[in-house]
Parts: sequence; structure tokens; C-alpha cells
Amino acid sequence: MPIDVYLNVAVAGILTGLVYGLMALGLSVIFGVVRVVNFAHGEMMSIAMYLTVLLFSSLNLDPLVMLVPIAAVLFVFGYALQAGLINPFISRPEHSQFLLLVALALIIVNTLLIIFGPDARTVQTSYTFDSFQLGALIVDATKLYAGAAAIVVAALLFAFFRLAPLGKAIRACADNYTGALVVGLDVKRLYALTFGIGAACVGAAGVMMTLIVDVTPIIGPTYTLLAFVIVITGGLGSMAGALLGGLLIGVTEALAGLLFTPSAKSMFAFAILVLVLLFRPQGILGRRSI
Amino acid sequence: MVAKTPVHVLDYLTRLTASVFADIPPRAMILLVTLLALLLIAPWLINDYLLTVLIVVLYFAFTGQAWNIMMGFAGQLSLGHAIYAGLGGYIAAVLFARFGIAPWLGFLAVIPVAAVCGATIGFLAFRFRVAGVYFAILTIAFAEFARIGFDHLDFVNASAGLFLPVAQYAHNDLWRLRGNPTMFYYVILTAAALVFVLCRALLKSRPGYCWLAIREDEQAARAVGIDSFHYKMAAVMISAVITSFAGVFYAFFYNNLFPEQVFNISRSIEMILGPIIGGIGTLFGPILGAFVLTGLAEALNTALIALGFDLPGAKQVFYGICLLLVVVVLPDGVWPWLARLIGVDEARR
Amino acid sequence: MPRRNHLSRRYLLASAVAGATGLAMPGMVRAQGAGGRPPLKVGVLLPRSGFEASIGQDCQRGVDIAPGILKSLNLPELAVMNADTESNVDVARERAEKLINDGAQLLVGAFDSGQTTAIAQVAEQKGIPLVINIAAAPDITEQGYKFVFRNFLTAQMILGSAFENQLELFNLIGAAPKSVVYMHVNDTFGTAMSKGIGAVMPKFNMPYKIADEIAYDPTARDLSVEVTKAKAANADALLVVGRLNDAMLITRELVKQRWTPQAILSMGPGWYEDQYLKTLGKLSDGPISLVPFQDPNKKLTKVLEAALAKAYPGINLSTNHVYTFEALLIAADAYKRAGTSDPKALADAIRTTNITDNVSIGPGIQFNAKGQNDKLKCGTIQNRAGKLVVLTPKAAANAKPEWPMAPYQNRA
Repeated sequence: MPIDVYLNVAVAGILTGLVYGLMALGLSVIFGVVRVVNFAHGEMMSIAMYLTVLLFSSLNLDPLVMLVPIAAVLFVFGYALQAGLINPFISRPEHSQFLLLVALALIIVNTLLIIFGPDARTVQTSYTFDSFQLGALIVDATKLYAGAAAIVVAALLFAFFRLAPLGKAIRACADNYTGALVVGLDVKRLYALTFGIGAACVGAAGVMMTLIVDVTPIIGPTYTLLAFVIVITGGLGSMAGALLGGLLIGVTEALAGLLFTPSAKSMFAFAILVLVLLFRPQGILGRRSI
Repeated sequence: MVAKTPVHVLDYLTRLTASVFADIPPRAMILLVTLLALLLIAPWLINDYLLTVLIVVLYFAFTGQAWNIMMGFAGQLSLGHAIYAGLGGYIAAVLFARFGIAPWLGFLAVIPVAAVCGATIGFLAFRFRVAGVYFAILTIAFAEFARIGFDHLDFVNASAGLFLPVAQYAHNDLWRLRGNPTMFYYVILTAAALVFVLCRALLKSRPGYCWLAIREDEQAARAVGIDSFHYKMAAVMISAVITSFAGVFYAFFYNNLFPEQVFNISRSIEMILGPIIGGIGTLFGPILGAFVLTGLAEALNTALIALGFDLPGAKQVFYGICLLLVVVVLPDGVWPWLARLIGVDEARR
Repeated sequence: MPRRNHLSRRYLLASAVAGATGLAMPGMVRAQGAGGRPPLKVGVLLPRSGFEASIGQDCQRGVDIAPGILKSLNLPELAVMNADTESNVDVARERAEKLINDGAQLLVGAFDSGQTTAIAQVAEQKGIPLVINIAAAPDITEQGYKFVFRNFLTAQMILGSAFENQLELFNLIGAAPKSVVYMHVNDTFGTAMSKGIGAVMPKFNMPYKIADEIAYDPTARDLSVEVTKAKAANADALLVVGRLNDAMLITRELVKQRWTPQAILSMGPGWYEDQYLKTLGKLSDGPISLVPFQDPNKKLTKVLEAALAKAYPGINLSTNHVYTFEALLIAADAYKRAGTSDPKALADAIRTTNITDNVSIGPGIQFNAKGQNDKLKCGTIQNRAGKLVVLTPKAAANAKPEWPMAPYQNRA
């Protein structure tokens, strides 16, 4: 096979990986700090995707313009969800959290089905089908934008958790829950904020995803699982880890698809996950906490 | 534990039986006997539709019980139990469809495979100290491996699906598991009852106590000399083998298998909802959970239809809300609460 | 007896009357309704939620437009009881039991082969006829069932007919691709088709070779690599067996990767579906589908088209509606001839069905000893400016083929 095929596939894998990473960033924040197994992650993203579709079809707003507003809406949603529903579950066993979020996921999926119907919805902008050609290399424009957004969001989050006092306080909660209580941090509010921030990332990811895939009510579960694979591979709570995890999974799947049969390519993603779990359980870039 | 002569075996069995039925509170005993009696005569009391519903209830009671050994007793959260059911179903079905081997003999072939599969997952996890959510994700990964693998396995027809030849329902053939729903009902009822007794026996014997010790505090359990690795391995393997029988039953009851269906993560989730809702770690929780969930789904369906409310998805929304309410209001599950209410709350162990 | 079965609003009154007279027991309905005979209770099972919701709800449209048409054909009325299988085999079986328990005298369903198999067992055991609307797994009619009938093509029949139609098409345009790259989804239907290709294709002496075979995941979120791989095979045309989701993904990638094959030949759903046309607009033009379809020249097709346009404006009539409607047509026709709702008599009547005034391509509706309509044929369908035209077989054709496909880049 000619070399430019490998090049194209590698670039496609990198871009897809960054998009995956963007999608998983929110989970990394939530799972890494609040330690809640958010099994409704993909479903939360599908809410953002439907919001984008709705605003695009009714007001003809470009998704890139809606990035910040929809992230804000999801922030409120996440904050309320944590403060109102999930908070009592933080100290409960994982299976209890799991059930709560599976129930939530079921409600979200089927509410979307009732409201929007089962058919795939899409956002078709003037740049949906754009691609850049550099010699034999063809680069998908929307994926490039989404990849850039992933890097920007990850950088913002990194800066927030390193530099902002609020971010430092959240990290303190993640590092030492009891200690945070002792020094007088309002852990409940900080957790709600964290969940909100995670949800805002999911919202931003959802907006970008609508440029790349069609949204259906049942799109959630696949992305939930994928996000967990990426976050655990990359390292919990590490922003760079989520991106790296996404890249690793994206490129592996792409090359596996090229060299073997593409229908079995997810096997390679799971193989990486198993290897990471066994030999580096904290993830590639993970430390004990953020 | 291996007895050498028939007398010893008999003696051992007697003691085991005695221990299984010892110190059950009288009210719980009455409840159990009544329930069993009702279930035994159920086919004469209810119509075919409700019988099918009861088969589903007992199926989930059975798988819930099996999963509970791992999670409720030994504290290991598995989210990939579909792999054992899927392996059981596929192996027994392929042996039957290709070579005419009866499912009971097929199950003998399933047992070592399920045990080895469970042992592999357990060994990797426990040796490399993968625990909690990470363990759960590891089990999902293996189930997904199996799903994609079977999707490409031509010997079992890959993703085109494996269909069992369906005999006409002239008579019931228990040996080959070909027959009407009443026969399947008694098969799954017997299996559910047996696994209930087995779980009780396990809980009342050394492994049970060790598992509970590990579940509560593994460090402390090791400190008092419990070989936690071996006991956790035993829990995974027992749970895997029992679950694999559910797969055999599923294959012969529905007569078709698709990797996309049987190894799907939603299958694993369905299996564990019952015991969580019913009450993890209790013997009665998985049974009650299966009744509550399946009953709830059917009741919602019937209610929505009666209201002339034909909206796909509505049932699932209400179902989700009910799950949510239960887990918020009764974090330990329905059974511990119900048991306190009717005065048989010795059940949580 | 509480009436729990769902009936559409139109039948509520009629059934209330039946219920009030205490004659709602299955098989005992002897009351003479306004139309001479009480409506036949037909349980329709479709996956209207879960992962097949989109198709299930599309099939449902075929059910919703049926009553008026059946009436205009002077066929007896049907009381439709809808049930949702939730895209799940266990639920499908339970729902079938419940429908029969609630008095259904005939079942129709269920699009998916696994769910249909589960329902077929219940139907057979209870002795209630099942008319399958859509399901392609051959095994279903190979079990010796006496109450199960399928008015749809098996995977092998689809393949055979699809190759036949391709030859006719190539003959018509006087050109043919020399090589194709074959992409297929690795699900039940895709795999059944792929297994068949090896056996069926040599029989037809096709003008092309398969340059590469690419199987992809049914839950694929991204097909960029698959399309890159396909493009690298340097084939003239793209042969596909897929579904709606991946049809749209592949098309987008073709545009982005700037590859317009000479033709896209699809032997499955997706490429001609309404959503594909709507979502992709001008980019949906050109693909050719070799699939079970309606014969646009048949009288009843025009009736069905008009009814669908009235009830669901903007939706193109296609496979899901056609075969679901025909299942109900078979039920009503059998009920008329049997003169009774006795399931055994109904099954006997269905076995002797001979409807030539129908909708789908082929000579009409008849069943062989196995309960399979083995006379059904595929058609060659092309997407043209948001509409679907039929190119072959000749009897059903209503347009000339456009060949090769217009390059995607010139469609601004």
C-alpha cells in the first residue's frame, strides 16, 4: 500500500483521537475529582448535541458561535445535578452511584427519543464538507477545528486547576477530602462546581461533535464507554492524559483498521486499556490524583 | 472437605443441609415456603403471558444471585457478566446445533470454559491489584473482547447469528431442552431454587465468612490469615460457572444468539440491576429485585397502554425515574427495608 | 374483562362496544359489526424504541396508513394492537405473548431477525399466524413452522436478485465497472450477505472483480480510515451493504476525501432512505440501491404513495412502509377469504394467498410450502434530486439510469 495512505490514516487517527480526547476531558474532571462513576457521560453530551441542532435549525446559529453558551447551559445542568442529586452519593459505594447514573442515562436517552424522535439529526454548515489538501495528504476541516478546540479546552482547564485559587481548592478536595474539610473548604459547593465544569467540557465537546457525527437519541452509551477507556488509559484527572489517551486510542484504532479488518479495531482499544490497567493502573500520565 | 465413603458423603450432606436451614427466622421460613409453593403451582394459576414474565423474573433472579456471590459476598464489582452467560449460551448451542449434543452435556463443557475465563479475569485483576471501578472497567473490557471476537468467529456464524433448530412442541424433551414454556419455567425455577440454597450454604460456611471479611476490610482479613486472593478467585469462578448456566438456558429458550445481543454491556447491566435494587449481599435481594424490576416494567407497559398512551420511550423514562427513586430513597435496596418492615430482618449478612 | 390492548383512536369506540357486549374473548368474536364482520385483531410488533427505533417508527407509518386503503379495497377492517419490542429479543417474546393474551388473532412484525425468531416461536406454539413484514435471516422459514409466513426476501434472494438487476443495469447503460471495493457493516444482515456473496456471485458472471473487502463496526462513529482504505484500492465503483448511519458517514468521507466512485452500488438499507436524502441534500444524488422495493407502475403503489403523502408529507414511500403495509394486506385478504378469525383457518387462507394487485416488485404475493414468498424481486433504485426512481427490472422501471455519478466536488 502506498505510503501516503499510511500518512492519511495516521493524520485521520490523530484528529479523531483529539476529538475523542475532547469528549473525554469532562469525564476526566468529574471522575478525577468527584470520584463519581459518571455512566451518563455520553448521554450528557447528546443533550448538548441536541441543543446545538435545535439552535442551528431554529435560529440558524453557527455551532462555533454556540460553543460558549451551550457549555454554560451544561455547566448549570451539571452544577444542579451534582448539588441536587448526586452529592449524597459521593460517599456511597460505586454500585450505588452506577445505578443512579444508569437510571439517569435511561431517562435522558428516552426523553430525547420522545422529544426529537428516533431519526438522526444533523448540522450542515458551509464548512461541514471542507477538507484541506496538502500534496497527497487530505485533512478533514471540521475534525481539525474540533482537535484545536480540544487542545484549547485542555489548556484552559490545566491553567484553571494550576493557577486559579478556585482550581487549587478543587484540587485540594481531590487530593485530600478530609483535609479540605478541615481547612474549611466548602467541599459540597466545590464538587458541584467541578461537576459543572466537567459538564461544560462535555457541552463544548457536544457542540464540536455535531459537526462531525449525526446525533440520535441512542448515541450516548457508546461514547460513555469510549470516554472511560480514554480517561483510564490517559490517567484520571490529567488534562494532557485525556488528550494523550484519546490520541493513543484514535491512532491505534486507525492503524488497526488499516492493517487488519476495521470491524475488529475496537479490540485494540480495549487491549490497550487492559494493558494500562494491569501495568500502569493510574494511567499513562496519571498520578495518584490531579 | 472430600468425603471418602458414601456414609461420609451422606453425613456431610446432612450437616450441610442442617446448616443451610439452621437459624432461619420462622417468619422468613414461612415466607420462603409460601413463595416456593406459589411458584410451584403458578403454571396452573396464571396465563401464558404471565408465565413468560415469570420465566424472565426467575432468569434474572438466578443471574442476580450468581452476580451477588461476586459483588454482594466478596465485594468485587463486575460489569461484564454477559461474557459468562454468552460463553455458556454459545458453547452449548453450537454443540447442540452442530453435533446434536444435549445441553446438559454441553453445560459440562461450558463449566471449565467459564471457570477458566473467570479465573483469567480474576487472576489478572487480583494479582495486579485492579480494584473498584477499575476492576469493573476491566470486566467490561473482557466482555467487549468477547463480543467483537464472536462477531468475527465464523464457526458460530459470526455476527449473522446462531439459530437453533426449533422442534415442534409435540412433547417436552427435558434432556434436549426442547419443549413448551412450562417445562422451561420449571427448569429455571429449579435452577433459581438450587442457586438460592447454594448461596445460603456458601454464606454459612467458611468461604462465606471469609468473603464477608474481605468485603468489609480486605487488609484486616489478610491480617487474620485469610488468603484473600484464593477466596476472591473462588468467588469469581463460582459466579462465572453459575452465570454460564443462565446462558445455556437463554440459548435454548430463545433459540437464537447474536454476539451483539448476548455480550452487550446492556446485558451485563440488566443482570445487576435486580440485586442492587433488591439489596446487595442479601440472599433475598436478587429475587425480590427481579420481581420488582420485571413487574415494574410490565406494570408500566400495561398502565400506559390502558391510558391509550402509545409513545415509544415513555415506559423507559418512567422505569428510569422509578430506579432513581429507589436508589435515592433506599440506598441499601428494597429487601433490607422490607425485611425490617415485616420483621424478618435477619437477612442482611 | 379489562381491555388493556392499545387500539388507535379510530377503533376505541368499536372495541368499547365489543367489550361491553362481553364478546372480546379471543376466537369467540361472533358479533356482527357495522361492516358485517368484527375487525380482525392484529398485533403489530415493531422496534419503536432502542437502537432500531428509527426503522421501527418508519415501519409504523406503513401501519398507520393501512386502514383507509384496505377499506377502499373492500377488505375487512383490522383492529391494530401496537406493541414496542424495544429492539430487544426478550421483550419481543413477552410482547407477543401479551398480544395473544389480549386477544390478538394474527401477528405482524418485527423487522429484526432475532426478534422475529423469538416471536415466531410464540406464534407457532400458540397456533396464531405470524406474517413477517421484514427480516432477511433465512433460518426463520427453515424451521418447519406452520403458522409463520414471510413476504420478504431472504439474504440469498436479495443477493441473487441484486446481481441479476446489476447485469440488467450494466446492459442498459452499455458500461460496467471493472473492479469494485466491497464495504459492509459487520452486523447480522451485513454478515449474512457477505457469506452469500462468495456462493452467489460466481453464478452471475459479473463483469467486475472485488478488489478489496472492508468490514466495519455497526456502531462505528467514524469511517475515515475505512474510506481511505477503500479509496486506496483504486476500484471503479463502491459496492456496499450497510445501514443508514454508516451510509451517511461514508458519503461525508467520500466528499471530504475527494473521491467520487463511478457508482455506488448498495445491496442493503441506508442509501435510499428518506433521512439520507434529506440530510445530505444534493450530495445524496446518484447512489444506486439494489433492494426490495415497490413497483412504481403498480396501481396499488400509487394509492399507497398518495396515502403516505397525505399522512406524512415529505416522506418518500419505500421498503419499510411497503412491506409492512403488505403484511396487513395479507392479513385482511386472508380474513376475507377465511370468513372467520379462527387462527387455523386464517393460516390456511394465508397459505393459499394469491394477491397480484400488490405494491412490491415481483409477480405478487404467494407463499411456498415453507411459508416464504419466493417470488419477490429486488429493484434498482437511484436517488435523483431527493426522489427515488426505479431503473430495473424493466416492468417496474420509471426512469433511465444516470451513469457515472456526478463528482461530489461539482455539486455546490
